[in-house]
Amino acid sequence: MTGKTLYEKLWDSHVVRTESDQTALLYIDRHLVHEVTSPQAFEGLRLAGRKPWRTSSIVATADHNTPTSDWAKGIIDPISRLQVETLDANISVFGARAYYPFRDSRQGIVHVIGPENGATLPGMTVVCGDSHTSTHGAFACLAVGIGTSEVEHVLATQCLLQKKAKTFLIRVNGNLKSNISAKDVILNIIGHIGTAAGTGYAIEFSGSVIGQLSMEGRMTICNMAIEAGARSGIIAVDDKTIDYLEGRPMSPIGDQWELAKASWRKLHSDESAVFDKVIDINGEAITPQVTWGTSPQMVSSIAGSTPDPSLEKNPILKESLDNALAYMGLEPNTRIIDIPLDKVFIGSCTNSRIEDLREAAKVVTGRQVAKSIKHAMVVPGSGLVKKQAELEGLDQIFQDAGFDWREPGCSMCLAMNDDKLQSGERCASTSNRNFEGRQGSGGRTHLVSPAMAAAAAIAGHFVDVRDDYFQ
Amino acid sequence: MEKFIRITGLVAPLDRANVDTDAIIPKQYLKSINKSGFGVNLFDAWRYLDNGEPGVNLNSRPINPEFILNKQEYFGSTILIARDNFGCGSSREHAPWALVDYGFRVVIAPSFADIFYNNSLKNGLLPVALSSQIVDSIFKEIAATPGYSLTVDLDGKFVETGSRERYSFEIDAFRRDCLLKGLDDIGITLGYSDEIKEFEMKQKLEQPWLYQ
Repeated sequence: MTGKTLYEKLWDSHVVRTESDQTALLYIDRHLVHEVTSPQAFEGLRLAGRKPWRTSSIVATADHNTPTSDWAKGIIDPISRLQVETLDANISVFGARAYYPFRDSRQGIVHVIGPENGATLPGMTVVCGDSHTSTHGAFACLAVGIGTSEVEHVLATQCLLQKKAKTFLIRVNGNLKSNISAKDVILNIIGHIGTAAGTGYAIEFSGSVIGQLSMEGRMTICNMAIEAGARSGIIAVDDKTIDYLEGRPMSPIGDQWELAKASWRKLHSDESAVFDKVIDINGEAITPQVTWGTSPQMVSSIAGSTPDPSLEKNPILKESLDNALAYMGLEPNTRIIDIPLDKVFIGSCTNSRIEDLREAAKVVTGRQVAKSIKHAMVVPGSGLVKKQAELEGLDQIFQDAGFDWREPGCSMCLAMNDDKLQSGERCASTSNRNFEGRQGSGGRTHLVSPAMAAAAAIAGHFVDVRDDYFQ
Repeated sequence: MEKFIRITGLVAPLDRANVDTDAIIPKQYLKSINKSGFGVNLFDAWRYLDNGEPGVNLNSRPINPEFILNKQEYFGSTILIARDNFGCGSSREHAPWALVDYGFRVVIAPSFADIFYNNSLKNGLLPVALSSQIVDSIFKEIAATPGYSLTVDLDGKFVETGSRERYSFEIDAFRRDCLLKGLDDIGITLGYSDEIKEFEMKQKLEQPWLYQ
């Protein structure tokens, strides 16, 4: 008999009912809520006279709009402030299992605080009105980003209407070379398969490289599954998953912990499971990656150059290369190491966890941010990450080097608060999207790992973090 | 939700692949707590020559005459056509809200990002996937035909050109039914409350830690 994939196990265990066209009503265990995609959903409930089905499933925080400096001043932008206060009011009226509001010691990016508080547990279905919800798949959760209508639907019914996705296995084999990070792995994968390869699929990541990654690294991988077009990315449970969760505030304890562990151990694809699509990636060949264009698939090795559109035969692809180079202010065949930078951003739900900050701090220790860099900032993913980093003295290392050490939040990943690029500014960023205007109108974003961003800040341009100088 | 059965309308050609939701509606406009009013900022960075901010007087903003929606021949379009992977990126439902608020009822493309596709259907905006070849031929016909319009028939699941050529498209039966009748998902799902409660009771026995 054919076994099941991990996705199928998670799916089958959450189907409440199925329509004749196979649209399923899927039960949702954890609903993460933030200020940007929830106000219209709560308003919808209110107008219809409905209540949340199960408030104990809700964990909420304010992260997208919140400032990352001068917290004592509050939120100065009145439109942002109203949105954050609207969340405060909605949670106070409707209730939640946990709420980490602006300035709370556990506040932070929703995809960082879920796992660190044990709100994300293996086998759960997890939703959030945010496409990077795929992050939680690192814990063998079926985690999908949803729109605001779906937020309202989950609030009101505890269910989501979904069609089953096809399954896509990406095996990353061999061993990573030293100083290659999870970010390089996922950027390399997206470079190979493109940003639409995962559309309609749930991607499972496996292979020796994934097994060797920490939970933080696995979250980075699943976080960017959406950048490959897949609404969810998942990774099987192993000892690292269980060790990470033990003792977290919302993790089960005592007998429940033992029961849960036994159940979680089954959360892997069966040997005989059949996937709709499988690809193998050679982990040994992965080098430090830098995006040069306006889509995450426009990525190069640090040793490479920008492309030459005149060599592209397909007119639509040629035009997109031309548009991207023009927007980025780059000439064809420019070496990546010759691209100078204005700003550096270390943060976001992709790379703002303690391990990311440690990797960046290691590169920065005893060095100085280049004079040509206008601003280099480190934005921890949560209050707890910030506190841990300060205990380890990382804040001092960053500040001694000339980095700005900030309060937690989404910050310049999407620039909804005051942290943004000015038009024409070029930034090395550990975030997840290099779309036009993503970090500020006219801003130019290059996606890299935390170590590569740190090295670029020191050099003032992209540089291979494996160079002798940094070792 | 407004019903969608059949429309005939002017088609605006947006000749780009990977049109992401940041391009459809930039993040500075996501601070609103309302569902309406996003249409004036649809494709903001392409439509205007300055950097837009919420609350700025639109009349004082310089428009980009090169952008397709600023060309007089496409004023009043209700159908947008674009290239592959339309709506990729963020889950913001503000993207379909902005398209609908502007006046679009249909987006045609060879492929759509999953979350955008779902979000559109919940707002009476019909995403129609046609093959790259058909989309390409429609782009060519638009360029050659001033005032080019199409009929999109959800009931019959086809797109019809002015020359009576028909292209059929696929859509889930459940979604199609909801759109044709303008049904509210939540009302339908709450009709299955007993089944949801039954599921919860069973799950609570098997995985009690999920209910702490």
